[in-house]
Amino acid sequence: MSEQTVRILAIESSCDETAAAVVENGRRVLSNIISSQIDIHTLYGGVVPEIASRKHTERICQVVDEALKKAGMTLAEVDAVAVTCGPGLVGALLVGVSHAKGLAFAAGKPLIGVHHIEGHISANYIGHPELKPPFPCLVVSGGHTHLVRVRDYGSYEVLGRTRDDAAGEAFDKVARAIGLGYPGGPKIDAISDEGDPAAIGFPRAKVGDSLYDFSFSGLKSAVLNYLNSCRMSGTEINRADVAASFQKAVVDVLVEHAMTALEEGGEKTFALAGGVASNRHLRAAFEEACAARGIAFYRPEPVYCTDNAAMIGAAAYYEYIKGVRHGLDLNAVPNLKLGERV
Amino acid sequence: MNLIALDSSGQTATVALVSGGKLLGEYTINHKKTHSQTLMPMLDALCTAAEFDPAAVDAIAVSAGPGSFTGLRIGAAAAKGMAQALDKPVIAVSTLKALAWQFYGSEELVCPMMDARRAQVYSGIYRFQREAEGARLTVVAEGAALPAEEQLARLNAMQEPVIFLGDGVEVHRTLIETRMQRPFILAPLHRRYQSAACVAACAAAMLAAGEEPMPAALFAPEYLRPSQAERERAERGETAG
Repeated sequence: MSEQTVRILAIESSCDETAAAVVENGRRVLSNIISSQIDIHTLYGGVVPEIASRKHTERICQVVDEALKKAGMTLAEVDAVAVTCGPGLVGALLVGVSHAKGLAFAAGKPLIGVHHIEGHISANYIGHPELKPPFPCLVVSGGHTHLVRVRDYGSYEVLGRTRDDAAGEAFDKVARAIGLGYPGGPKIDAISDEGDPAAIGFPRAKVGDSLYDFSFSGLKSAVLNYLNSCRMSGTEINRADVAASFQKAVVDVLVEHAMTALEEGGEKTFALAGGVASNRHLRAAFEEACAARGIAFYRPEPVYCTDNAAMIGAAAYYEYIKGVRHGLDLNAVPNLKLGERV
Repeated sequence: MNLIALDSSGQTATVALVSGGKLLGEYTINHKKTHSQTLMPMLDALCTAAEFDPAAVDAIAVSAGPGSFTGLRIGAAAAKGMAQALDKPVIAVSTLKALAWQFYGSEELVCPMMDARRAQVYSGIYRFQREAEGARLTVVAEGAALPAEEQLARLNAMQEPVIFLGDGVEVHRTLIETRMQRPFILAPLHRRYQSAACVAACAAAMLAAGEEPMPAALFAPEYLRPSQAERERAERGETAG
């Protein structure tokens, strides 16, 4: 690898955060600006794609401008412009992709399209200069639940994924059912402190024909059925117990699958990524399981767990040094598979 | 004056370059392919063919809506990205006014109609007022999302001949032909759809009339319609923050 310093301006707009960052050599974050739209989407109980796209369009210049200013750079000084091109909400992705193309074209900079999940995985490189592939990584967020073996930079093998709801989605739905509101993840994480995770025996779903795939819709239904039967019988519902028991059921399955992957692959390193990776109970469970097996456990700082552009800049760096460049025909691909190249 | 102009508000993808007040070139495609894949490569090709350096522009003129929400944003975000990179402002041109410019100087009323789905069109009514030099676009009826029939009723009340253009014309052709009680013509092929040259010409006229271009950061499309979620929320009587 060359000693050359590479600084990448990265843009992320795949869901409801408008974000831009400048990242040096994939590991050092010079700026990381996130403009969240959560307040407006909370009014609707979830992300409204058309509103998200409109807000991205309104905010993107300011966010990019702030990222450059905070990094103390001009666009002329960056080496490339990177942007999330999928997966995500197509209208939202298109704003970032179109803006990045405008920037790259007018400034004469190389353009690099980045996979959103590769970004989440690469968030682990930030602040961890010693972390190198291969390692298995569990990506858990509102939209994704992927157990991935990172073979090399930019080379991924998907071991398992959810067959139905993403883990974060199950958190949102259960939070709504017990009246905690949106977004569910942090709220369930918080109230679980007061609950007994062994209070209610919710199921740990197995997907029959796969060692690594996940299914959370059965668990969600079990919670809803439990709540319903309590209401029918007039039993008082302890929300903290429901939250803690539900969360434990999710965490148990995630940890078990990840540990199986480590046993099979023999790696001594494991990484967690995605918005749900900032769930304290999930982190604690992984810390314990990894420590017991002598596995080095990595997780991004919370600010790099939720959607951000620094992680896109980190992933883009490894594409950049491999010589990956995209044309001005780069499109948003809402269902882009991990490892698939646009 | 040097301008880059673009319009991706409908099925047409169109880009144009103005250099020293001269239309250097226009590249227009009326073909079903995503604007995300076509618009910027078209601009790149046009700049190369016309030996035009984007850094030399004074402003980016962009069709600001109404139109397809996604299409508008593809053009808006590209325009904002270029303007930001070049530190130049944006000139936001109404899609309907730019369409009306296809018939600059005509004696008739000009009525662009864009298909807005849900049995509506995006449409306005315009007139070119003759002046000592050339003509000036004046608004007879502001652009709005409305049923085509309503627009035709307005036109019938105006007692003047009308020119129709836009992709709403095909969709509502029968309606126009049966309901219009005034003389009218439907735009011929070469002047029926969006043209970035019209966006550029309209933008230049706006500047000449003293309108200020805007900083890229402040530009956002004029959709003329709230999102479905906002509409439904308003119908339930709640207000969005």
